[in-house]
Amino acid sequence: MASEGQTSTEYIQHHLQNLAYGKLPAGYTRYDGTVLEQSTWTVAKSSQEATDMGFMAVHLDTLGWSIGLGLIFCFLFSRAASKATTDVPRGFQSFVELLVDFVNNTVKDIFHHKNVMIAPMALTIFVWVFLMNLMDLVPVDWLPLTAAAIAGDPHFFFKVVPTTDPNATLGMAFTVFAFMIFFSLQQKGVLGFVKELTLHPFHAGKWYIDILLIPVNLILETVSLIAKPISLGLRLFGNLYAGEMIFILIALMFSAGLVLGLFGGVLQWAWAVFHVLVITLQAFVFMVLTTVYMAMAHDIEEEH
Amino acid sequence: MNINLTLIGQSITFIIFILFCMKYVWPLLLNVMQEREKKIADGLQAAEMADKDLELAKQKATQQLREAKEQAAVLIEQANKRASQIIDEAKDQARLEGERLKAAAQAEIEQEANRAKEELRGKVAALALVGAEKVLQASIDKKAHNTMLDKLAADL
Repeated sequence: MASEGQTSTEYIQHHLQNLAYGKLPAGYTRYDGTVLEQSTWTVAKSSQEATDMGFMAVHLDTLGWSIGLGLIFCFLFSRAASKATTDVPRGFQSFVELLVDFVNNTVKDIFHHKNVMIAPMALTIFVWVFLMNLMDLVPVDWLPLTAAAIAGDPHFFFKVVPTTDPNATLGMAFTVFAFMIFFSLQQKGVLGFVKELTLHPFHAGKWYIDILLIPVNLILETVSLIAKPISLGLRLFGNLYAGEMIFILIALMFSAGLVLGLFGGVLQWAWAVFHVLVITLQAFVFMVLTTVYMAMAHDIEEEH
Repeated sequence: MNINLTLIGQSITFIIFILFCMKYVWPLLLNVMQEREKKIADGLQAAEMADKDLELAKQKATQQLREAKEQAAVLIEQANKRASQIIDEAKDQARLEGERLKAAAQAEIEQEANRAKEELRGKVAALALVGAEKVLQASIDKKAHNTMLDKLAADL
């Protein structure tokens, strides 16, 4: 529902802007024409301001929702875990056990080494990413309008789906990448890791040819190594961003008359039903790929 | 869509949640699940054992029943044998007793008859003597004739 005096473009742009909190430099002209006398930490009131804050800014809505949902996950699961008994599992406990069993089996299928961190990480990813994705199913205007009403500012930026912020997905992906590098070094040693980067995929067996192949291998392997976290993060972001975009476009129809509004309602319902599949699948894919990467980091002798 | 500190914030959050899950969620749940699995497996095994025990007990019971029946049959047979034996013995005893009684009665009868004969002999001798006295009227020497009459009586 585009509010009064707001064009469709503005509506969409407004929905795609995070609530950024950052530092604006001295002498900066703000959205309302005032000029800052000294550099200030403040909430961005326009997309331009958010961009101008540069790297030294945080998205309060992304972090707030992701931390909040993560805490819900931690609270519910740790409560279920501490209450769990070996008797017949009931209610939430059996649901949690179902999830744990599912994740455990998936991880066991993929990851054959000994590492107590991988399975809990997979569970955390699956549930947390699913919860973050789930926010996408809340009608796009409900929470932002509520937040705007509470803040008393009709232009209050508020994005409720953390996974539609590349910062969130890439942040997780880079963490996974860091774990990959860490476990690779831990399992194979520095030399083994360097060897993996330089002696694959081309390997002749004679040292004088190998030396020539090293640069080629290094470039190929580095690219494929770096592509892993980027594709991991961008895949989740892209899917959710596209889904969110469609919801926003459908929501535009609500202000375009009764017939289009009703049609939009039907469309939104249909897209939400389809999206249930997407959000679950993306959470699962993120979990599986993370586990696969961890398994690759632990595999000492890679076969090509 | 600006890349900024949120990236690092998200990373830190992610690691904290993983560590939390690793410490307070995963091991507890997995332990409980494995324990339950073990419990169920044990229960199933116990049930199987109980089944086997029941089967054994049933077999034992049938065997004992059969043995008891056989014993009973043997006892009944023995009892029957003993009964007929007792009856036979009683019959024999009765016969013997009857024979003995018969013999005793016969002996008594004989004795009685002899006694009667003796008595009769005495009386006949006296009677004959009285008759002869009457016939001969005192002419006869009592002593001489008495001997002769006694001989006569003994011939009877």
